[in-house]
Parts: sequence; structure tokens; C-alpha cells
Amino acid sequence: MSSSESEAVEVLLRELAPQVLGAVVRRFRDFPAAEDAVQEALLAAALQWPKEGVPDNSRAWLIQVASRRMTDSIRSDVARRRRETEAYAVAGETTSEPVVEDDIAQDDTLVLLFMCCHPALTPSSAIALTLRAVGGLTTAEIAKAFLVPEATLAQRISRAKATVKASGVPFSLPAGSERTDRLRSVLHVLYLIFNEGYTSSEGPQLMRADLSNEAIRLARLIYQLLPSDPEVAGLLALMLLTDARRSARTAPGGELIPLAEQDRRLWDQRAIREGVALVSSALPKGAVGPYQLQAAIAAIHDEAAVPEDTDWPQILALYDLLKRMSDNPMVVLNHAIATAMVQGPSAGLALLDALDRDGRLAGHHRLEAVRAHLLERAGDRSAAIAHYRLAAARTTSLPERNYLMTQAARLAADATPGQETSNQ
Amino acid sequence: MKYILMMNTMRAKQPPFPNWSTEDLHTHIRFMIQLNQDLRESGELVGAEGLSFPDQAKLVRAGKDGTPVTDGVFPESKEFLAGFWIVDVDSPQRAYEIAARASAAPGDKGVPLNMPIEVRPIMSGPPPEML
Repeated sequence: MSSSESEAVEVLLRELAPQVLGAVVRRFRDFPAAEDAVQEALLAAALQWPKEGVPDNSRAWLIQVASRRMTDSIRSDVARRRRETEAYAVAGETTSEPVVEDDIAQDDTLVLLFMCCHPALTPSSAIALTLRAVGGLTTAEIAKAFLVPEATLAQRISRAKATVKASGVPFSLPAGSERTDRLRSVLHVLYLIFNEGYTSSEGPQLMRADLSNEAIRLARLIYQLLPSDPEVAGLLALMLLTDARRSARTAPGGELIPLAEQDRRLWDQRAIREGVALVSSALPKGAVGPYQLQAAIAAIHDEAAVPEDTDWPQILALYDLLKRMSDNPMVVLNHAIATAMVQGPSAGLALLDALDRDGRLAGHHRLEAVRAHLLERAGDRSAAIAHYRLAAARTTSLPERNYLMTQAARLAADATPGQETSNQ
Repeated sequence: MKYILMMNTMRAKQPPFPNWSTEDLHTHIRFMIQLNQDLRESGELVGAEGLSFPDQAKLVRAGKDGTPVTDGVFPESKEFLAGFWIVDVDSPQRAYEIAARASAAPGDKGVPLNMPIEVRPIMSGPPPEML
């Protein structure tokens, strides 16, 4: 088999995975078992198809194989549990029937996403389950991406499935306000997957970058299913506009490069155009939400050819809106940065003092890193060094620690204090 | 066979920040990233982690009812683990070789630090055949 053939098969399988799983869950009404059966069917196809060719109706093939696994496992249990005798009868009937295309509903993918991002799950469980059940990744691939042993991740997934089962959610779309809340959890999980891939810059880089790609792929999938939801469009736009800067974000040696110092020619213009178009058509719909606002802010950064062109007053206005919408201290922190860019470092520093009093971010490394940066711009070199060091001691990201230590070293080596004072 | 290579370089009372120039820091960081990269490519790296500075460390003991009782780390502890590698190698000599390379990481003005690296075998042998 050629590697391009198996790659094409993999792409196809990942696309089919949620559709097949949806069909099997609806037939057998047992999500955990169906999920295992579909994984086995996907593995079988990954081995067979590159060699023997992709069957004409690949989706039906997978549903058939997964259903057969389901009946086999039910059959082996049947002597022990009476309750499942009924299921066996049902299963026996269904597998003898040919798979009809009506079995495949577009909504299935959406229903699966809602299940995998169930609020009863911890974020790490929801992420793992989503990547496997909807993303079609194997346990080994997910374990590699999160740098945990495969056995640990397998256990995380099986516990997550047990939680979903115990929660008793029906395999259908939630309605009304519940649907809005649950969609918010789904978007949040995708956002976390994206960040997991985006914020790492050491370690097996490719693997982690794949997580960002996977998050974008899944966000596209939801966008296709819910094209009129502006927050879905906003999330996809935010991912594209952030990911566009990926190759400019780290030096070849793995050091972080802050936005203002990135080589903007490396930014992915195609992703920027797509993201800008998405957010521009979402915003006028009137249901403005945090993802759209963050995407709009990212778009303003991405559209500045040089850092000096950045429209900071507009960014500040957007952070004002965002701050009113969510009570997230990280938003308040970013708002302080934008304020400093518009009104000067001391205005920003005053807002950081308010964050100290607020307490939720007190001692957080990002707060200290921002303070160090603003102190540096205000010309207070020794305080800036102290806060860069404080931030370095508190971050749990090695590349970030390296970056902050380098900033402190740079200032310490600077022979002329006070030269950095600037309002911009 | 697996080995853990422990870099015991941090001191509780000393600031963890050497007064190196930006360039020396960069050289040091690049050296460490390259070392990990090489071990990954040679298929010998099982895991490598850098640890936070000692001021973030807590000593934990179970209290009477089993709840955690935490305490800061004690200043009398002379050295702290700064980071470790777990490698899967063919011989102890190879583990020592890797440790020596890590030990010679460049420091101030590029001079090798020659840090002490503690190398210990990991108990990963198969269980004996029980007859």
C-alpha cells in the first residue's frame, strides 16, 4: 500500500466515524458498547481498505462490521443477562437487514458531540471522548498527543463513557435552553482542544499541532451543521485567526516570539481571509458572544501589516464589550493590556492593581508577566525584572519560563535604565 | 533497560536565576531542547520533564484524619530536582553518556556547567517466572 492511499483512507475514516457511530448507537441504544464496536470497525477498515480498495458504500460497510461486533458481544453476554436477550433479538433482526442510507442522519454528529461534551464530564474526559468518538482518533493517538500513557487514556475514556451512560441522556438533540447551554459546553471543549495544541511549543510539536488542526476540523463540522449560529462561526473564526500565526510564534530553537516581534510574512493569509469573512458575517446577526468578540480582536491583530498599524482603540472597545459579557479575570487582564496600549502603561498598571484586589488572579503568572511588561514600558527597570522573575517562577510552561527568564536577563544587562519609557 | 537521570541543581535559598546574559540563556535553552530532540529521534527518550522552582514546592503529609497537611519545603534541603529524563537504553554506559552530555550543558559565557546528574536504574524488569 502506498502511504498516500492509507492517508486518503484515514481522512475518509475520520469523516465517517461520527456518522457510523450515530447509526450504530441509534440501532443498539448502547453508547459505550457502540463506541467500542465502531473503533474496531475503523481499525479493520484502516488495515483492509488500503490493500483491497475502499468498498463502494464505505459507510454501510463500517456500520455492518460494527453492528456485527455488537451482536457478537451481546451474544456472548446473553446467557448471563436476561435483559440483554431482548437486545439480542433486536440486534439479530437489524443486522440481517441491509443498511439503508436513511439510517444516516446529519444530526447524529451533533448529537454525539452533545453527548461527548456532557456537563457531567470533566474537561479532560470530554476532550478525550470527543476526539475518539467524533474525531475518530485512536486511543494511542490521543494518548500521544496529550503525553500520557495509553493505558491511562483508555481508562479515562471508558470512565467517561460510563458517566455518559449513567447520566441517562437520550440519544437525541436537547431542546430549548438546554440546547443552548449544551452547545456552549461543546464549543468550550473544542476551544480547549485547540488551545492544547496551540499553546505548546516544546515536546513533540507535530503531534500537538495536530490537536489544533483536529479542533479546527471539528469546528468546521459543527459550522456546517449549524451555519446560522453566530457563536459557532465565531469559534471557527477565532481558531483560524489564531492558528494563522502558528509558524511565526516560535523560533527554530523553540523560543516563544511575542506578537509584536513576529515575522508577519509568515502568517497564513488564507486562514486570515477565511476567519475575517466568517466573523464579519457573524457579527451583524446581532447575537454577539464571546467567541465572535475574541475573533474580531484576533482579526484586528491579523490585519495589521506591522505592529504599529494595530487599531488598539478598537481592540479596547471590543474588550470593553467582552468584559461586560463575561466575568472572566483573564478578559480583565487583556483589557488592561489594551488600555495600556491606548492610554499608556500607568493606566494599565492601575487596572492590574484592581485585579490584585479581586483575588482570583492574585499571584497568577500571567498577571505578573503583564505587570512586568507594563513596568518595563513605564521605565521601571528593576521592578520589571523582579516581576518577570516572579512570573517565571510561577508559570508551568517551560517555553514561557524560558521566555520570561530571557526578558529578565535582557533588562538586567541593559546598562541604561529608563530608556524604554514610551506610551505606545 | 530504563534509567532515570535526575538533575539536582536547584538550591532553596539561591535565586533560581543565574545572572547570565540573554545570549548565554539562549544557548543553554537551545542545548536542552536539542538534547531532548536527539534522544527522541534516537528512540531512547521515554519522558523528560522540567520542574517548577522550589518556592512552588510543598511537603505533604497525611494528618490524623487522612487529610493533607502541607508545609513549605525546608531551607535545610540543600538541593532540589530541577528536572529529569527517563531513557530506555541498551546499556548503563549509554545512560552515563547521556547524563554526561546533559551535565556539560553550557552556562555563563558558554562554560560547561558540569552539573551532577544522578543516574538510577528504574525497576522495570519483568517479574520472575513463579513456579
